[in-house]
Amino acid sequence: MRTIAASTPRPPRGLAARAWAFAKRHALTVYALLVVGYLMLPIAVVILFSFNKPAGRFNYVWEEFTLDNWAHWNAVLGIQDAIITSLEVGLLATVVATALGTLIAMALVRHHFVGRGATNVLVFLPMSTPEIVLGASLLTLFLNTTAVFQLGFVTIFIAHVMFIVSFVVVTVKARLIGFDRHLEEAAMDLGANEVTTFRKVTLPLIAPAMLAAALLGFALSIDDFVITYFNAGGTQTFPIFVWGIARVSVPPQINVVASAIFIVAITLALGNVIWQYRGAKRTQGVT
Amino acid sequence: MGTFLHRHRGVTPYLLLAPGILWLAIFFLIPLAFLGYESLQSGLFPNFEFTWEISNFSNGIRDYHEQFVRSFVYAGIATGACLVLAYPLVYWIAFRAGPWRNLFLLFIVAPFFVTYLVRTLAWLNILADQGPVVSILRDVHVLGPDGRLLATTFAVVSGITYNFFPFMALPLYVSLEQIDPRLLEAAKDLYASPTQAFLRVTLPLSAPGIVAGTLLTFIPAAGDFINAALLGTPGQAMIGNVIQSKFLESLDYPSAAALSFVLMGLILVALLVYARVVGSERLTG
Repeated sequence: MRTIAASTPRPPRGLAARAWAFAKRHALTVYALLVVGYLMLPIAVVILFSFNKPAGRFNYVWEEFTLDNWAHWNAVLGIQDAIITSLEVGLLATVVATALGTLIAMALVRHHFVGRGATNVLVFLPMSTPEIVLGASLLTLFLNTTAVFQLGFVTIFIAHVMFIVSFVVVTVKARLIGFDRHLEEAAMDLGANEVTTFRKVTLPLIAPAMLAAALLGFALSIDDFVITYFNAGGTQTFPIFVWGIARVSVPPQINVVASAIFIVAITLALGNVIWQYRGAKRTQGVT
Repeated sequence: MGTFLHRHRGVTPYLLLAPGILWLAIFFLIPLAFLGYESLQSGLFPNFEFTWEISNFSNGIRDYHEQFVRSFVYAGIATGACLVLAYPLVYWIAFRAGPWRNLFLLFIVAPFFVTYLVRTLAWLNILADQGPVVSILRDVHVLGPDGRLLATTFAVVSGITYNFFPFMALPLYVSLEQIDPRLLEAAKDLYASPTQAFLRVTLPLSAPGIVAGTLLTFIPAAGDFINAALLGTPGQAMIGNVIQSKFLESLDYPSAAALSFVLMGLILVALLVYARVVGSERLTG
């Protein structure tokens, strides 16, 4: 970092002092940016290696640049079905979990009722249980009730809703706590009933939180391996597909799909950040 | 419906709760009961019988205490590493990043947008024997000429550190962001040096974030088996690897269930200690 300064002719004492001052002033920034670099490195590697033309079956060493993997992203048997299953499970589970979780969050923030503490604990527990225990226990339920449940799409969906709900509750709750109940009271005073008030006042206000929760839920669903692995039976989601194939080969198409998911997700998340920022600015202007 | 809700206000919260709570009860609580039931069975697949087989637990602990200890040690080191990496970054975001805060928060969660298995496989690229990191370390003699990073404890622990980093960073950020800057100004006015202000004001106020982040990182890390499976060897096997292979490969459900319970029990003990220290309302957010 100081190599440039070292070559400039300056009195050594002043230089050392300046270097020390610079390091002191910017050490935190430098450290923070290094950590950001560390966080981004594997992502960059995933994207970079989606353009690699591996010599063998494993895409671990850089050979040469190619666009073939992106052009033929579904050339690996099973990868397209797996990604479709992942998207279907993700969408369905997210919609259901967002609805269930938002209702729980509203009950917890708005109402005082017997069993509130127990509800809080029940919502918190799945998040503080290792995934492997969640997956294993659900598998024992399904194995003991084979008359009702066969492992497959439905059991994956059930599992995903179960572990996403808690995250939705936490996300929506955080937003509900900070919001002004007077707006709803005003609506009621003006003759709106509870359902109308919810539709016209509450829902628009918590929509950004619900969207954020849904995005988080979808990301969790599409990313989940452990719980899905236990309850998938023969059905393959994208992570299950990767796990299955990684033993025998790592085709670059895996990187293509992962990069595509990343690009879509980061775009949506950026959009949400901007939307919330503008929303915050707007409400600031009103009050 | 509106008038119904209005007349029976006491029922409303339960109506709101019912679908979600039922889902959690049926697919989270009841399965735990089934897991407990399974853990006390004996026999061979597929003919298991419920026999109060307590020995599944004692045998599990006896045979796999090494993997239990390893899981908790790896998870502990990874959690410490996450704290050291995350605290300065998050501090910088909270106090120095200004309008760029949300963008940098996005950098923290960005790894989550790359499929878990794929971002772990990316560490295979980075740490590969023919890769740049190993060749540099060999050149500067940190590693011997045949030294490797893959298939070592280092690889597994760094994989865990990377994968669970956001669980540490986000609660830390929340606690740091809530600190009133006027408190730091007050400390300065009272002649505290920056170091003193940090140690006496910022650090104590961010303690809840540190504890929450520690638990949120440690719990999934202790149950993880992906990093050990992809980046390590059987010599780095964690308890998650044992549970996974017993459940899905050797189909020894009773002892796998017993091991899951021991793991959960150990983690619950940690949680209860935490609840004692900081209070349960803060714990459940």
